[in-house]
Amino acid sequence: MAPDKGKVMQLFLEQLTNGLAVGGIYALIALGYTMVYGVLKLINFAHGDLFTIGAYLGLTLLLSLGLTGHIGSAAGILVLILMVMGLVAVIGALLERAAYRPLRTSPRLSAVVSALGASIFFQNAIMLIYGARFRVYPHDLLPVTAISLFGLTIPVMRIVLFGASIVMMTGLYLFVQRTRTGTAIRAAAIDQGAARLMGIDVNRVIMYVFLIGPALGGAAGMMVGLYYGQINFTMGWVYGLKAFTAAILGGIGNIPGAMLGGLLLGVIESLGATYISLAWKDAISFIVLILILIVRPTGILGERVADKV
Amino acid sequence: MRLRIENLEVKYGNVRVLKGLNIRVEQGEIVTILGANGAGKSTTLMTVSGLVKPSGGGVYLDDVPLHKLEAHHIVNLGLAQVPEGRRVFGTLTVLENLRLGAYTTVDKALVGRNLGWVFEMFPILNRRSGQLAGTLSGGEQQMLAIGRGLMANPKILLLDEPSLGLAPILVKSIFSTIKAINRSGVTIVLVEQNARLALKLADRGYVLETGRIVLEDKAEALLANPEVQNAYLGGMH
Ligand SMILES: Nc1ncnc2c1ncn2[C@@H]1O[C@H](COP(=O)(O)OP(=O)(O)OP(=O)(O)O)[C@@H](O)[C@H]1O
Ligand SMILES: [Mg+2]
Repeated sequence: MAPDKGKVMQLFLEQLTNGLAVGGIYALIALGYTMVYGVLKLINFAHGDLFTIGAYLGLTLLLSLGLTGHIGSAAGILVLILMVMGLVAVIGALLERAAYRPLRTSPRLSAVVSALGASIFFQNAIMLIYGARFRVYPHDLLPVTAISLFGLTIPVMRIVLFGASIVMMTGLYLFVQRTRTGTAIRAAAIDQGAARLMGIDVNRVIMYVFLIGPALGGAAGMMVGLYYGQINFTMGWVYGLKAFTAAILGGIGNIPGAMLGGLLLGVIESLGATYISLAWKDAISFIVLILILIVRPTGILGERVADKV
Repeated sequence: MRLRIENLEVKYGNVRVLKGLNIRVEQGEIVTILGANGAGKSTTLMTVSGLVKPSGGGVYLDDVPLHKLEAHHIVNLGLAQVPEGRRVFGTLTVLENLRLGAYTTVDKALVGRNLGWVFEMFPILNRRSGQLAGTLSGGEQQMLAIGRGLMANPKILLLDEPSLGLAPILVKSIFSTIKAINRSGVTIVLVEQNARLALKLADRGYVLETGRIVLEDKAEALLANPEVQNAYLGGMH
């Protein structure tokens, strides 16, 4: 019985760490949804496509910098992720200027339609530039060693990616909780009018949110490329929906909620795919979404009912 | 510093809410604006603070046209508002709320001094400084809202119905606090439903009716005015 039991445990831990790595990616994307929702009460439907853009820009950087051989160090990968973050952040801020700011005072539905339009625009732009077929990430970036921990072998990439997502989330949390700008972001999310009475430039706060969210989403896109090895111009749709589910699960508008929701969803999905059915992997997220909406629409950490689109 | 509201007109959509308002506030004064619900009092204050843009006329702080500035530049000129309904940031702590009041203040020492002053005025806020603002009682939230306004180090403070929903004893104490703030050199513009108390506190008053000033006088004179007594003081007492 003993070796059998060990195997069972190993499979479980294997799937748990996989779930955490994927969950970290969901969490990073979910933060973009939740922060934008927080200040604008708008679901940025183009956010999933910013994630896709991150994946493709990451690929372009890897190929054009000739880094297809070993980068050799996790630090090299992190620098590339940072570059992708910067680029996608700029695209995010431009998106806000072009598609959302002009509609700030229009009925909410206009902004929703604009978001959908932006999403379609981005998806088609990516398809035209990169083609409709799957693109393959170089797979030999890091030595394919795996680390042994408690008799469990974990690929280095998984650890690097999970570490990166934790570092980014911690950084964001500290920024939002401890800094003056972070407090202004929280204040604007609660009451924009009162925030303006404090002398907060709400337009600037919104710009920060549209820099930070897309930066994290773009990083997540590149991380998916690194983790799974292939990307497609429609990938933002499924990941976006899952991350959106994660944001709802944690309580939309709530930053720690998005982190928790993402990690939780990653683990649920990974364990579900193993123990229930692999074929149901994607469906699990949506079952989770439906269940939360029925059982606890405010999500785990959400206090206020999200009554708007 | 002197505040001048000149021929101010404001529209919400097609509805004219302010129809050519003239108000002036001299340095050191307490000026009260009275009026029934919907007369346009809050709209007036929000226009002064730059959150509502006028369709005609203007607001001048000395010679600076406030109506041409963005709201976030106005606080820095020394004009703060304690809005109707308190509007404290409920999921932020008391201390975070107070610090946001000083958002545009660069001088850290000044922020520290003002914080000390606010805590002296409202010791309860000091004791509750780590608590979420949304968990304070209504009266405490009003103190927080006033304290937050003072953190901006204003030369002119706009107060919109600071006594709303407070027990009579607390109203008295809030009003004496307003008096004390004024004595420390802050000009006050006070919008109040409690007209009697407001007129007792104020130097001068304006009566606003559906977007127009219908009366303006010294506070004692308004207190003695039969029309004002009938409409806002519930008749003679
Ligand atoms: N954002 C808005 N959009 C449309 N109409 C508004 C808006 N804000 C106020 N109004 C209308 O403008 C008029 C004046 O409102 P305002 O809030 O200035 O009145 P008030 O004198 O402060 O009243 P109260 O004593 O009830 O606070 C009201 O008829 C109100 O319905
Ligand atoms: Mg009002």
